[in-house]
Amino acid sequence: MSVPLTLLGLLEREPSHGYDLKREYDVYFGRGKPLPFGQVYATLSRLTRDGKAIAGEAEPGGGPDRKRYAITELGAADVETWLSEPVQPEPHLQTVLFSKVVLSLMLGRSAEQYLDLQRLAHMRRMRELTEIKRTGSLVDALLADHGLFHLEADLRWIDLTAARLNALAEMVGTQS
Amino acid sequence: MSSAELSRSPGCLIEARDVVKSFGQTPALRGASVSAAAGEIIALMGPSGSGKSTLLHCMAGIFKPDSGQVWFDGTRLDELNETKRTELRRTAFGFVFQFGQLVPELSTADNIALPLLLNRVRRKTAYQTAESWLVRLGLAELGARRTGELSGGQAQRVALARALAPRPKVIFADEPTGSLDSLASESVMDLLVSIAREEGTTVVLVTHDARVAAYADREAIVRDGKVTAPLDPVDPAGRHAGAEVVG
Repeated sequence: MSVPLTLLGLLEREPSHGYDLKREYDVYFGRGKPLPFGQVYATLSRLTRDGKAIAGEAEPGGGPDRKRYAITELGAADVETWLSEPVQPEPHLQTVLFSKVVLSLMLGRSAEQYLDLQRLAHMRRMRELTEIKRTGSLVDALLADHGLFHLEADLRWIDLTAARLNALAEMVGTQS
Repeated sequence: MSSAELSRSPGCLIEARDVVKSFGQTPALRGASVSAAAGEIIALMGPSGSGKSTLLHCMAGIFKPDSGQVWFDGTRLDELNETKRTELRRTAFGFVFQFGQLVPELSTADNIALPLLLNRVRRKTAYQTAESWLVRLGLAELGARRTGELSGGQAQRVALARALAPRPKVIFADEPTGSLDSLASESVMDLLVSIAREEGTTVVLVTHDARVAAYADREAIVRDGKVTAPLDPVDPAGRHAGAEVVG
């Protein structure tokens, strides 16, 4: 998640105070990881310095949170570019899972047992996300879906790897 | 295991123990054991041909195991004759399959009322019950439609209503969302889980889809005709506390 570009995107919708930006960010994007105020103002300060946002006059009450920020043309162009480009797909393997499986085999440990444990942990998380989806808002459901599809992809990899353990064990010169 | 021994498992409603089943020379189950408590939703998962559907059919009394035991509510299901097993399937069990298996020439209401009529429920009561399930499952306007005219998602919801109408103790669902797209699948699972929890119905669900299995309270993995050792993710010994989700 790119915090500066996301904040810029929120500013493109309408000029806003730092506090309101943070609140909106947390509702839609923060989800369990709220954006610290310090990061909001540091980011806004950088965006202002780089000419991507402008800060209005301080309003009565003082402090950085009383400034209303607006996006500039340069900032809007950045948002436009960002939203029109696909995220780089990550072709590399699930490195932690992969490393644990290969190391287990190399060390003569049960890779199958590790994969079973990992599968349980994945399923447990999937149950939690499913419950969130069933009981939460549409935004909750969309975010939960994103997590569920990724976990499902991992599970497919886990199942396929479990089916290939003997071949993999032969390759690394030990038994599963 | 005797009935008395089984009753020591608190809340255990249905249990397969060391079930073996072959079709000709082909072994399907090689000593599979699994149990479900009253009101529990369990998912049987596993690769194609692993035996998960055969296990469900044995637990439901559709197949008779070659050996092993199937217990339901303190009764040895595998020792009952076909007539008694049929009676039990009609009164205590409900079924949902991948393709609904509704009667296409009958209306939606007829299909839901059918198991009640077979259970000798009065016609008026059966249709009133069918109507109430149609409302509960958001299908009120479809009561008169023939099921052959329904979409896949609608048909599965009708199949769900038909399974639930006799208020069974156990619902057996074999790939209930296998022919549905993601949204319809979600809707069917949401209904199944919500109603099962409200009614306290046990659900034995067969699926190869992890996202569907995630609606269950727990899952059992069937591989090569056996249920792999049940590993409880909340094992008090904390054996699995170290497993991390890195995805």
